[in-house]
Amino acid sequence: MRLEPRAHAPFWLNLTAPIAAIGLAFAFCALLILWSGAPIIDSYAALLRGAFGSTFALTETLTRAAPLIFTGLAAAVAFRAKLWNIGGEGQLYAGALAATWVGTGMVHLPPFLMVPFLFLVGAVAGGLLLLLPVILKLKLRVDEVVTTLLLNFVVILFANYLLFGPWKDPLAMGWPQAAPIIDEGILGTLVPRMRLHSGLIWAVAFAVFAWAFIRFTRWGFQIRAVGYNPEAAAFAGMPIGATVLRTALLSGGLAGMAGVCELAGAKGYLTIDISPGFGYTGIAVAMLAGLHPLGVVAAAIFVAAIYNGADAMSRAMSISNYLADVLTATALLLVLASVLFVRFRPQWR
Amino acid sequence: MPEVDEPARAGGGAPVVLRLDGITKRFGGLTANDAISLALKSGEILALLGENGAGKTTLMSILFGHYVADEGTIEAFGRRLPAGSPKAAITAGIGMVHQHFTLGENLSVLDNIVLGTESLWKPTQGRAEAREKVEHLARHFGLAVDPRKLVRDLSVGERQRVEILKALYRGARILILDEPTAVLAPKEVESLFATLKAMVAEGLSIIFISHKLNEVMAVADRVAVLRQGRLVAGMPIAEASNESLAHAMVGRAIALPQREPLAPGEIVMQLAGVSMAGGGGRTPLQDLHLLLYGREILGIAGVSGNGQGALAALLCGLALPDEGSFELLGETVTTTSPAGMQRRGVGRIPEDRHAVGVVGDLPVEENFILEASGDRRFCGLGILKGRVIRRHARALIERFDIRGADPTTTTRALSGGNMQKVILARVLSAKPRVILANQPTRGLDVGAAAKVQQLLFEARAEGAGIILISEDLEELLQVSDRIAVLYQGRLSQPVPAEEADLTALGLLMSGHGEFERYRREAGHAA
Amino acid sequence: MDILEIFVTLGFWAALVRMATPLIFGTLGELICERAGVLNLGIEGIMTMGAMVAWFWVYQGGDLWTAVLVAAAAGALFGLLHSVFSVYLGLSQHVTGIGITLLASSLSYFAFRMLLPNVTTPPKIDPFKPFAIPLLSEIPYLGTVLFTQSPLTYLAFALVPVVGYGLYRTPLGLAVRMVGENPLAVEAQGIDVHRLRTAAVMLGSAFMAVGGAFLTISVFDAFYIGMINGRGWICVALVIFASWRPGKALAGALLFAAFEALQIRVQQASSAFIPYQFFLMMPYVLSILAMIVMSRRAAYPKALLVPFRKGER
Repeated sequence: MRLEPRAHAPFWLNLTAPIAAIGLAFAFCALLILWSGAPIIDSYAALLRGAFGSTFALTETLTRAAPLIFTGLAAAVAFRAKLWNIGGEGQLYAGALAATWVGTGMVHLPPFLMVPFLFLVGAVAGGLLLLLPVILKLKLRVDEVVTTLLLNFVVILFANYLLFGPWKDPLAMGWPQAAPIIDEGILGTLVPRMRLHSGLIWAVAFAVFAWAFIRFTRWGFQIRAVGYNPEAAAFAGMPIGATVLRTALLSGGLAGMAGVCELAGAKGYLTIDISPGFGYTGIAVAMLAGLHPLGVVAAAIFVAAIYNGADAMSRAMSISNYLADVLTATALLLVLASVLFVRFRPQWR
Repeated sequence: MPEVDEPARAGGGAPVVLRLDGITKRFGGLTANDAISLALKSGEILALLGENGAGKTTLMSILFGHYVADEGTIEAFGRRLPAGSPKAAITAGIGMVHQHFTLGENLSVLDNIVLGTESLWKPTQGRAEAREKVEHLARHFGLAVDPRKLVRDLSVGERQRVEILKALYRGARILILDEPTAVLAPKEVESLFATLKAMVAEGLSIIFISHKLNEVMAVADRVAVLRQGRLVAGMPIAEASNESLAHAMVGRAIALPQREPLAPGEIVMQLAGVSMAGGGGRTPLQDLHLLLYGREILGIAGVSGNGQGALAALLCGLALPDEGSFELLGETVTTTSPAGMQRRGVGRIPEDRHAVGVVGDLPVEENFILEASGDRRFCGLGILKGRVIRRHARALIERFDIRGADPTTTTRALSGGNMQKVILARVLSAKPRVILANQPTRGLDVGAAAKVQQLLFEARAEGAGIILISEDLEELLQVSDRIAVLYQGRLSQPVPAEEADLTALGLLMSGHGEFERYRREAGHAA
Repeated sequence: MDILEIFVTLGFWAALVRMATPLIFGTLGELICERAGVLNLGIEGIMTMGAMVAWFWVYQGGDLWTAVLVAAAAGALFGLLHSVFSVYLGLSQHVTGIGITLLASSLSYFAFRMLLPNVTTPPKIDPFKPFAIPLLSEIPYLGTVLFTQSPLTYLAFALVPVVGYGLYRTPLGLAVRMVGENPLAVEAQGIDVHRLRTAAVMLGSAFMAVGGAFLTISVFDAFYIGMINGRGWICVALVIFASWRPGKALAGALLFAAFEALQIRVQQASSAFIPYQFFLMMPYVLSILAMIVMSRRAAYPKALLVPFRKGER
């Protein structure tokens, strides 16, 4: 088989190829459902109901999608520049830690300033955390994949230390959790009596911002050029180092904001399980979206729906909710392959 | 080297060892090979002549199993060759020396040669015998190279010998050489030809791919000419002439652009006593003196790897001289910055258009502004002006006649010639006062090359001073106002093109003439 | 306890050798993949999968050595899957690897939960017993440290020279090294690049899976969620630290295990004034430091991360 580049990818292919890939992923997981001895149709119906079947289900799905949009954007922006930031999880914790630090009484601002302030602090923390591996990459050519991965463990252990040690809230009856974020910093709810909070609006706004930034600004153009062909970009006079650093700040910042979004939105206080792997899942979200920032919103909602739906399905059908992870991973790989066939035309000789 | 008499090796009655029958290969809409039939006889050198893009390399890639033909069959020594298998080709006694060497840099010569000759499942390697056999072959055919050396420490000529040894070691009876002289100095070409003649004297058969008429006339017994994928002529070399072959090769009269005499302008660039370390495997420059005037094309001849890389890096803003001064338009250059070079009015056409010249995955319109994305015309307050960029792209596509492209076409999908035009359009539309053109016509067919030369002439007429680095002496003589030769990082005194002749330049390229004393010094040092 | 005293305890040295074992398997496996030009970030998931299937095999009453083979086969299978994407389709090795890790670990956890529903404490199995090599184990001091270990530990140490010999002294090893340097050179000599790379990735992945299996059927006697805990990523760092050489990989793995074994003991001794989390961070911090130290000398296989597509030159 040979692959020939296409001059223009037809629009219908751009749309149908990933959908077909996701269909295949569902087909694969149907085999696992079959293995569990549950009926496939009913199980998937339970999944769908659990994801979108009621106001509660829908708002829960969107609540879960909000941090995934942030971490998905973090991965998408970085991968665009071929900056392999696998450290979204650690940057999320860094953002949550920093926001807890300033948001539990250290700083008091009126709500319309406090919330943006927390997002800013979280973004700075996440961005700075990514800066270290990126500077190592630029100065010493240390592979950033491994360093960002390893930093995840370091940051989470550090959070663990704070939560079991100095930051442990004496009012939490022995639970390892930090003091709650002050009321001015809490993200308002969008639907009465539901958890869904304004973090979703922030997330969507940043998706639009990231899209416009990459598509229409000079710096975004540089990110794309450097990502596709750093040598040609450097030859054309683009500042490679500065572009990569900017990308790192943006990417780490977005991941840090995911932490703030969970902290000030869904939870209200820092716990060690504030992220069930949002940073890693964000990579899958970004790939499912084809690294397109607006696609990230749809992909995050899709992935969140799978996770929430799988939780409901596992309660109803006694299928392990790890099926959601399997489904996401399978979809990731298959969509990855499908994108190849959008960019290239296979020739069978 | 054993002397060979003509009749013995070009015997009409020699058996056919290789037969290609009706080979057709299409890539999308392009027919790269159209029903080509060829026969190679035992003990002859068959030249496959054709300009770039005529389908020579495709045909040989099919023969060697890199590609699978859409139609047609191949027979070697009377046996049908299965399609798409380099292994089958090797087993049938076919060896190929690729234009771009296929060697592992960090492995030894011996490792490179024995790779794949033993069963992969054997628990041991027979290194001692292998080395003896390699040394024997090397002595026998005059292919001196040390089997213990790492390939990365070899010169280009030595690497080519390793490639030939690879084929001989595997017992190749048919040898295909794809543009083997492109990377060699005239002297090395002579020694290669001697080796080839020694090999056919031993009964090997050779297919020699080239687009250079002189070489074909010098070494081949028979010649086959390809044009646009078709076999258009085939004859014994005795019946061929430069003119008839040239006509067959090009087929249509291409008006080569003529250089019109212009009075040179002011000095636009000056190198005085420039020495610089190579870096990245480049040959260092030593004590370069060079004046470039406006309205002139200064040709830099030389075998690649003699300092062209360092010189280009200097002009591209990727490196600075360690010693000496580098002045552009009267100002001394003191910082390395590609962007700074653009601001000073230097237009740069890089050697490798795919890897360095364009970002293949971006659309054509964005490649046009790759160097100028900060320009106020295209960008305000950090935001790109999409409509202006689109209009700019339309205008350039029209003006530079870039075929098969609209502003949103993915640049990767363009042909080599059109991709080069994208780069030229980008560079020339910025109205540069100094232009570095590094191998701008390499790999282009005659029509596209003529267009590129035409565009360089236009820039020259508008006042630009142009440095043209090329390995093609004929092109340099046709296009340049003055010519200088690079040899081991040193530059010869430029001579006006009218006074230059091929022989003298060829001697300079191999280190004779004014380079003689440096060669002796180097000899003493070693 | 004085820190220096730790070095003279037998327990420390025995623990060092034991802790090095999964790292040796993983690092050798990753090294083989990368020498062939394929970065295998699936390692974390493949180790998880190896741990799970080996444990389950024994839990079902299977034989321990067969469990090792089953783990290797499972690893090779995921190696094959990695190759389909990264080698045959030429997709990004980074993303493929992450995808394989997500898939292999989630499948392991899913299967674990399916096979053992409604269990809160993971059931135990009978793991490998330390095997005292006759005579050698009777050497005072050294015998207990080096020659009274799990059979899988012996296997890991034995594999180092085997892999070294295989890479540097056999035709297959030459081909693997060459395909990581310049796939075109391999193709031009009539060897199928895709098949060769696939074979290397499958073999390497099998090693990784056995490294994971060591944890369940030799060290611990159970499988639990998240048990690989970044060991795979540390192996990726160790390969760089080792400059892609098997001997240095062994040295790196031992050095790391030494720090880990030391860490546990110092932690017990000094938990009063240094929180234990900082000790747990050490392997990750050390990996990063090791990469910084080696960065100047890192001689990457030239074709690492570069996909090879037939007929594209």
